[in-house]
Amino acid sequence: MSEEQAGKPLPAAVAAAWERVERARHPQRPYPMDLIGRIFTDFSEIHGDRRFGDDEAVACGMARLAMPGGTTQEVLVIGIRKGGTTKEKVRRNFGMPNPEGYRKALRSMKLAEKFNRPVIAIIDVTAAYPGIGAEERGQGEAIARNLLEMSRLKVPTISVITGEGGSGGALGLAVADRVLILESAVYSVIPPEGAAAIMWRDAGQKQFAAAALRITAPEVADLGCVDGIVPEPAGGIYTDPEAGAIVLGDTIRRHLAELQAMPLDQLIATRRNKFRNLAQFYTETPPQPRQTSPEEASSRV
Amino acid sequence: MSWFKRENADLTSAPAPEGEDAERRVRTDGLWVKCLGCRQAIWKADLEANLNVCPKCGYHFGMDAQERVASLLEPGYELVDQGLRSTDPLNFTDIKPYKLRLEQGRRQTGLDDAILNAVGDLGPIPVVLSVMEYAFAGGSMGAVVGETIARAVDRSLAGRKPLIIVTASGGARMQEGIVSLLQMAKISSGLAQMDDKRIPYICVLTHPTYGGVTASFAMLGDLNVAEPGALIGFAGPRVIEQTIRQKLPEGFQRSEFLLEKGFLDAVMSRKELKQYLIRALEFMQVPA
Ligand SMILES: [Zn+2]
Repeated sequence: MSEEQAGKPLPAAVAAAWERVERARHPQRPYPMDLIGRIFTDFSEIHGDRRFGDDEAVACGMARLAMPGGTTQEVLVIGIRKGGTTKEKVRRNFGMPNPEGYRKALRSMKLAEKFNRPVIAIIDVTAAYPGIGAEERGQGEAIARNLLEMSRLKVPTISVITGEGGSGGALGLAVADRVLILESAVYSVIPPEGAAAIMWRDAGQKQFAAAALRITAPEVADLGCVDGIVPEPAGGIYTDPEAGAIVLGDTIRRHLAELQAMPLDQLIATRRNKFRNLAQFYTETPPQPRQTSPEEASSRV
Repeated sequence: MSWFKRENADLTSAPAPEGEDAERRVRTDGLWVKCLGCRQAIWKADLEANLNVCPKCGYHFGMDAQERVASLLEPGYELVDQGLRSTDPLNFTDIKPYKLRLEQGRRQTGLDDAILNAVGDLGPIPVVLSVMEYAFAGGSMGAVVGETIARAVDRSLAGRKPLIIVTASGGARMQEGIVSLLQMAKISSGLAQMDDKRIPYICVLTHPTYGGVTASFAMLGDLNVAEPGALIGFAGPRVIEQTIRQKLPEGFQRSEFLLEKGFLDAVMSRKELKQYLIRALEFMQVPA
């Protein structure tokens, strides 16, 4: 535990949640391009969004996946690039995409759709970049467009969260037939630090925020917000990236084979119904007559 | 007496704008209101008669969901899809239990959550209308808001009726964690079906509209129309300032800024809004 509060041990559940966050962000954790390199062959990159520029935090490319029975499947692969060295991190904007990244991804997905190639997105993203240029060029619109278009893309789609699943930044690539998450990855509406600062008004409460938000893979799966957990080697995928990549690759193959066996109409209807019906946490009561107290009513304009 | 309680802002999920401009609620002290735009005292009845727009300078005060519905639909409309309440899926507590915050929101707004659906006529055109309520938990979107808007989409699809959504939201409701994030996908996937079937959807963006709402249905209308001076963005201004460590330009994330950058079809004053919507829906009427 690197950041215990001075002298006060964290409650076990809080410490466990924070350990997951540290694993998800572990510097030796294989990044998406590392996993892509181990799972796919012949990766050939596609650059640019055809509108403004090329976002180097998002890589898109044509690749091949060896399938059982000796066949080879052409696929479109999307991977977040966080960068390893400091120089590389800056170049990749620490893996925080601008609108161009989401638009490049969408353009690539439409290309895949045109030529009937499945789409595999490997996601490890802290957040979509919060910057002036990102706002000027419509970060919200870019993510929104991806959500809409991915929901009706006419090819099988698989998204895997391999480290950080950072809110809209991740969801913008994760409206897929199968949304998978690595065992020690996290998927969250806000980073624990941000939640602590805003909701606890104390950034020092990040461990408590991490626990309260239920962002670990098993918790997110329990809430029905992902379709499956991909096991990692004992001790975390960074202890044996090759073994981890083999398990992930086999998992992708298995899901892809299932999806390819479905007729297109059924594939899209199933995807649509999944997103329509997930995360339903409400009770339904018969409509009550609206009650507004006279005091409230009079103080409103 | 200020009926707006500061605690409302605690639930605003995406970091929302700060200061008095963040809350364009009419603060009244008796019969007079001080305008946040021109600082002049306005006769409260004049403000009410003018759709909560300052008769002197045109400043747009906030409008609650019920008032908004009444301002757009002809008398005889029906409020629908009510009675949904959050189950607090994370059993969440930060400095206060989420359940208490929900209770507070219900007490203060008379609504079950930050959303109100209605069906009725917009001028001569039957529509489905879904209006967000900023006074309930900062208009944040959790499972109830997501489901209620999804039901509005379902109604539009079933009846081939145009959908109008009026946004006012800090974004996803953090107290519902990942559940709130997935509501973005739920609604956007419904809007894709509307698009496939050529059923009109218009989004009216009001102050403020941020985070997961901007990054989903607020930016997906056939037309996206905003009220003047509304703050609209993905990331909140404070988050951006902290990230880039510089001051934001004047007018940043205002409706007029988004119009200039090409992300809005129009900025419409509240008085002109209804006519604009009717005109647009007439354009969009296509033979089934
Ligand atoms: Zn004024």
